[in-house]
Amino acid sequence: MSSYNSIVPAQISSLPWRIIFLLIALASFGATILYSAADGNMMPWAAPHLVKFLFMLAAAMIMSRLSLDFWKAMTLPIYGFVLLLLIGVEIIGSLGGGSQRWLELGFMRIQPSELMKPAAVLAIALFYDRLPPSRSGDLISLLPPLLLLAMPAALVLLQPDLGTTLAILFGGVVVMFLAGLPLKWFTLSGAAVTALIPVAYFFALEPYQQRRVTTFLSPEADPLGAGYHVNQSAIAIGSGGFSGKGFLNGSQSHLDYLPEGHTDFVFATMAEEWGLLGGLATILGFYLLLRWGMSVALNSASRYGKLVAAGLCCTIFFYIAINLMMVMGLAPVVGIPLPFLSHGGSSMMTIMICIGIIMAIERQPKSSRGKFTTI
Amino acid sequence: MIGRKKNKTSIPISAAKQEFSFTRRAMFVGGVQAVFGLAIGARMTYIAIAEKEKYTLLSESNRVNLTLLPPRRGWFIDRNGKPIATNRTDFRVDIIPDRLVEKEKTVATLTQLLSLEDDEVARINRELEQSSGFQPVQIASGLAYEDFALISVRLPDLPGVSPRQGFSRYYPSGAAVGHLVGYVGPVSAEEYQKNRDPLLITPGFKIGKDNLERSFENILQGEPGAKRVEVTARGKIVRELNSREDTPGNPVKLTIDIDLHNYAARRLGVQSGSVVVMDCLTGDILTMASMPCFDPNSFSQGIGVSEYAWLREDKTVPLLNKSLQGLYPPGSTLKPLAAIAFMEQGISADETVYCSGGYTLGNRRFNCLGVHGHINMADAIKRSCNSYFYTMGRRIGYDKIAPVARTLGLGQEFDLPFTSQYYGTIPDSKWLEKKHNRKWSSADSLNAVIGQGYVLTSPFQLAIMAARLASGRQILPNILVNKTKKTPQLPYPKEYLDVAREGMFRVVNVGGGTATRGQLPVNDVKMAGKTGTSQVTAIRRDGQRSSEWKYRDHGLFICYAPHDNPRYAASVVIQHGGGSAAAYPIARDVLTFIYDKEKAMQTLNALESTWGGTIEQRMTADLARYRRHKAAEDNKNDTTVPTLKPHEAEDEA
Repeated sequence: MSSYNSIVPAQISSLPWRIIFLLIALASFGATILYSAADGNMMPWAAPHLVKFLFMLAAAMIMSRLSLDFWKAMTLPIYGFVLLLLIGVEIIGSLGGGSQRWLELGFMRIQPSELMKPAAVLAIALFYDRLPPSRSGDLISLLPPLLLLAMPAALVLLQPDLGTTLAILFGGVVVMFLAGLPLKWFTLSGAAVTALIPVAYFFALEPYQQRRVTTFLSPEADPLGAGYHVNQSAIAIGSGGFSGKGFLNGSQSHLDYLPEGHTDFVFATMAEEWGLLGGLATILGFYLLLRWGMSVALNSASRYGKLVAAGLCCTIFFYIAINLMMVMGLAPVVGIPLPFLSHGGSSMMTIMICIGIIMAIERQPKSSRGKFTTI
Repeated sequence: MIGRKKNKTSIPISAAKQEFSFTRRAMFVGGVQAVFGLAIGARMTYIAIAEKEKYTLLSESNRVNLTLLPPRRGWFIDRNGKPIATNRTDFRVDIIPDRLVEKEKTVATLTQLLSLEDDEVARINRELEQSSGFQPVQIASGLAYEDFALISVRLPDLPGVSPRQGFSRYYPSGAAVGHLVGYVGPVSAEEYQKNRDPLLITPGFKIGKDNLERSFENILQGEPGAKRVEVTARGKIVRELNSREDTPGNPVKLTIDIDLHNYAARRLGVQSGSVVVMDCLTGDILTMASMPCFDPNSFSQGIGVSEYAWLREDKTVPLLNKSLQGLYPPGSTLKPLAAIAFMEQGISADETVYCSGGYTLGNRRFNCLGVHGHINMADAIKRSCNSYFYTMGRRIGYDKIAPVARTLGLGQEFDLPFTSQYYGTIPDSKWLEKKHNRKWSSADSLNAVIGQGYVLTSPFQLAIMAARLASGRQILPNILVNKTKKTPQLPYPKEYLDVAREGMFRVVNVGGGTATRGQLPVNDVKMAGKTGTSQVTAIRRDGQRSSEWKYRDHGLFICYAPHDNPRYAASVVIQHGGGSAAAYPIARDVLTFIYDKEKAMQTLNALESTWGGTIEQRMTADLARYRRHKAAEDNKNDTTVPTLKPHEAEDEA
């Protein structure tokens, strides 16, 4: 490459431009939707969205320059620190007499549960990197990772934040699956979880969470109550049709029928104005992103890199899949935002941390570059 | 294939094997992701393509709010085109109970902003309790523009409150036409259950609730207009899309002469009674005044609790249409028809009866008003001699008189668009047998022939009788113009009718008649009539008669004019008026109004100045007095409710 592209410095030409362009495209589309959601204004959402994105992108680029060994070395300190933050939030919350999810830093709010998503993946990957292959399948290969997952999951569930708890568990379990634990364990525990769902529904879920589940099963039963979000979302997507009502012409979002049209239900806002075409383009963008992430995992030479890249990629997938299924009525309303499109700093930070680390893995000299092939 | 079960005795898993397993499992995870991606894409395609129509419709019904504009109601106009019921521009405020968030707070805010009276607040709270949710509850109507604007600017803080500019029914004559046309009001829950037309629950929409307003609903209603506006989820209007004007309802032209009608209503003054005037050639009802009456304007705007209580507790029953639903013993007004029955049975008009001041039947004495000596038929009518009618009535029996009464319209119901008519009783031996299971006696005949006993008629029927006597035709009443029906002659020879008419002429115009002060102060127009005084209760054993209002005699008068060429027939009934002297001066003045308005108005103005003003002024003062009285009563914590239902028997035989 550098042979016929010598004007551009190697540091610049070696940046993963294709993925950067993809991220910029997704975030810009997100800003466009947020501009429309604010009735054609950059404020209060579109401009901060872009600023945050550029800031996070720069941060991700810096993270990508850190060596994989650095990340390995920092894994346990990071995990421990985030765990302490979670405990801290819990203590502050109970002192303040109510539940709290974030720490106020003055210039920004930090939601430790968001940081825990990548931190848990890193910690579990590190464990399996260090576990001798011969011990795989022993109980020692199962219990420490379970503990690593159970502590943060329990703390986040206490907040209570079911969506984030599930996201943390999902990332961790995917890493355990990819680490090569016996398949039997997964099928058995899968069966056990299925059996426990009814018990959990009646004893573990808060009434508002139970309502979300029943609403998911029959949204039309309560069109003005809990089913309102899902019904209005389906109306926005359905009335958008093939090519949408046109930019700035979405009545569902502009007339406030669609709740949370700039956060959790931003996809519906988009689909109303851009139609099925816009929806499929967005899904294609996410496909390319995840495909890149998985190919980085497959191509990484180190076991740590493979597990981390795949785990983080699945964390991003979890956001996308749950959010899209939620807006289309395929999953209960759980308050998970859509990466790059939804307004909101915390989730974007998580996603960009994931992407920064995946980029760092891609850059490893020991590994060949993940190929970003066109479809 | 993924992660095949390993044998425990196999060699330890190598790094290479682990990497191979990772690749397989990562491919599997990627595949699962792809499946989810495809499922989501498929689901979106289904929603956006297959269900587009359904969701587009839902999106439109979200976005566009269709507001119906209640149509302007058709007018009622009189025979000369003068308005009886119209519409006036109205600024009003309603509450849609379904959309209320904080009921108490909202009502309190409105009460303060509009300075509503306690009475009104009580009505609003009561209606909010009873309302079915979708049905608007009126807060206030007929507001000043300033008050209207005051509410309008606060709408964002008052969810469920709906201010609007519309039209409300207006009756320029007020209480004078209450019983005639009825009133309008909001649709009740039951009515909406029957007909789920969204117009019915549009704020400000009223339907006819009684009498003509109700009967002509289809003609009067009109077509609603529509306003399409784009609204946000919170109900804020973004812009108007397009609107359609309402089509006002058609007017209904009545046979009523509203000036004459209003005059009659005012002339009744402080009395409780009815005046009915008919055109005795066509049957057109020119006047049908029943007073006292509620003000239909109050009903149409939603009547207050205390105003309604005031009407309900009034012993003169302002809620009853006395012309059609009041039943009174007609007394001596039946004597002309009895005379016709006598002649039908071969009694000569010249035959005289000796009146010694009464008539003895067995050991009972039936009194006459005076001692008339030898008296013939026409003079017996003129002087209302009971002895003559007792004698002749007993001779032929009442079964021969009752058919004549029925032919003249008594005991009959007429095909008219009024909500209800009571048809009273014209008794005979068969009726008595059936109703009271006893034989008809001579005493019954004596009572019935002078319009007492079981005989009950409505003032409207008496007017029909007068018109039929005057015209000699079986005329039928009309309330709509140009609906005159062809009617046959009465089945009696003209000579017989002439005797009755001669008697009636003498009542007013010949010295010694019972209503000589009833002569019309109009040159060349002579009125003929017949007085009646009917007893409400039998004379008490001690011979004393209670002076209490509800025991006083009814005063009645039937008449027609001009005597030589009858055109107008009328009946006047004054409930507990004390006697016919309460009735015939009213008939005289009302008929005078037809020929000489100025003279009639002078008489009325002089009277009204002694009564304490016009109908409206007197009602306002009376209501205020009632409210003061109630307030004082409440203070004393005395909750006795006066039971004041005077009552005439209502027989629906």
